[in-house]
Amino acid sequence: MIFFLVIGLSVDYVYLGAFTPGGPRFPIATASALVFALIMTLTAYGFGGNLILASVGAEGLDIKVPEHRELHNVVTEMALASGCPMPKVHTVYDPAPNAFATGRDEKSSAICVTTGLLALLDREETQGVVAHEMAHIKNRDTLVMMLVSVLLGGVALLSDWAQRSFFHSRHGRRGGGNLLIVIPALLLIMLSPLISRLLAMAVSRQREYLADATAVEFTRNPLGLARALEKIRDANIPFQKASRGTAHLFIASPFHRRVDQRDGKLADLLGTHPPINRRILLLYQMAGLRPAIQEPKNQRLQAISTTAS
Amino acid sequence: MSWVFWGIILVFAGWVIWTYNGLVALRNQLQNAWKQIDVQLKRRYDLIPNLVETVKGYMKHEQDTLQKVIEARSKAMASTGVKESAEAESALSQSLGKIFLLMENYPDLKANQNVLHLQEELTTTENQIAFSRQYYNDLVMRFNMQQEVFPANMIASFFRFQPSEFFNVAEAEKSVPRVNLTLPA
Repeated sequence: MIFFLVIGLSVDYVYLGAFTPGGPRFPIATASALVFALIMTLTAYGFGGNLILASVGAEGLDIKVPEHRELHNVVTEMALASGCPMPKVHTVYDPAPNAFATGRDEKSSAICVTTGLLALLDREETQGVVAHEMAHIKNRDTLVMMLVSVLLGGVALLSDWAQRSFFHSRHGRRGGGNLLIVIPALLLIMLSPLISRLLAMAVSRQREYLADATAVEFTRNPLGLARALEKIRDANIPFQKASRGTAHLFIASPFHRRVDQRDGKLADLLGTHPPINRRILLLYQMAGLRPAIQEPKNQRLQAISTTAS
Repeated sequence: MSWVFWGIILVFAGWVIWTYNGLVALRNQLQNAWKQIDVQLKRRYDLIPNLVETVKGYMKHEQDTLQKVIEARSKAMASTGVKESAEAESALSQSLGKIFLLMENYPDLKANQNVLHLQEELTTTENQIAFSRQYYNDLVMRFNMQQEVFPANMIASFFRFQPSEFFNVAEAEKSVPRVNLTLPA
């Protein structure tokens, strides 16, 4: 997190440095951009969780429905295992199996689960998914990711403004500036949204691995989460209400693009989530089992019971 | 020179305060976690008579087992101290597990909404007990480790911090019943 903040600050710093020879108009633009970013950050900090919940159409639990009661119980269990206070629990009516957590700290956190997930997973698997979300809350990922998305927006905005004012001011400029400074600065300004997005995705992917590991620490049962991820992968239904801004919050990438399913360099660069097969593989390794991704389920269970006896 | 001297004193005092406060915070968290387990246990004590009453009518041949559960419950409620209550609780868990296993033989029972509800409640309570014990043990490990690692152990022994006791599971509960996992093809 500190690493990312330093990067964000240094990008800002380079901007400020690049602007100084520009003329009197620049500080105003930069300052207003910063103020705008600050307001955005504060809004996200104060109401971000509720905004996100509202944007996907989350509803509270109806404790009379057996499935909801089970979910409520599972969340209580995981809250106890992690030592966090009980988060609010919401459901979204959507066939895609997915889940996410939000909130700025342990006390104001919320976990949201789709009805598709409740229908698809059994108790043990739901527990794995909820543990993963509790891990995000415990590791403060929800706050980090919220700040990341705000910083992303801020950088994009700054870059946009900088580009406009740069071209604008070049017409009014008397002599040519120092080209050695201007060209790298221009390149940096143009590429910065891309760079910051890639950075944010890298952060997001690392946090997913960490949350998987912490979830196992809570449940002491890697197989529950592994099977849940397998089912989510095989269901392959995109979550309608997710946008690019909220994609990194979910347990598995809500879009189901080709690039998320594949291993390799490109997927490593472009996905908000690590390749799901890799996560499943790591979870099986935590259980001390050889992963068998291609095999059908029955054979795998038999393999487990023969090695155990 | 005196600047350096006072600086070192200040850093040292800060470190002592920081370590001491960390230990105190952990000790209180430990106590809280222990009380948390008690809350779950109380809930289980309340749920068990309900379950037994509901199930009684159906399970005519299992009166002995039901009686054992009731006895284990009152024994567990009366026990005090970490070790004694651990043993009584594990006996109770075992007899409850037996009832759940026996319930599989009664199709009428599994159709009863009330029983299903109670079963889910008891399952989650059992899980909650297990998870709060796990959390308690994690805290004990952290607390004891804080007291034993090098420079902090000097402060711990100076202020007379005592290592905490782990929650141990009795030998009887360790022998997991063998379950055949092979599924019919």
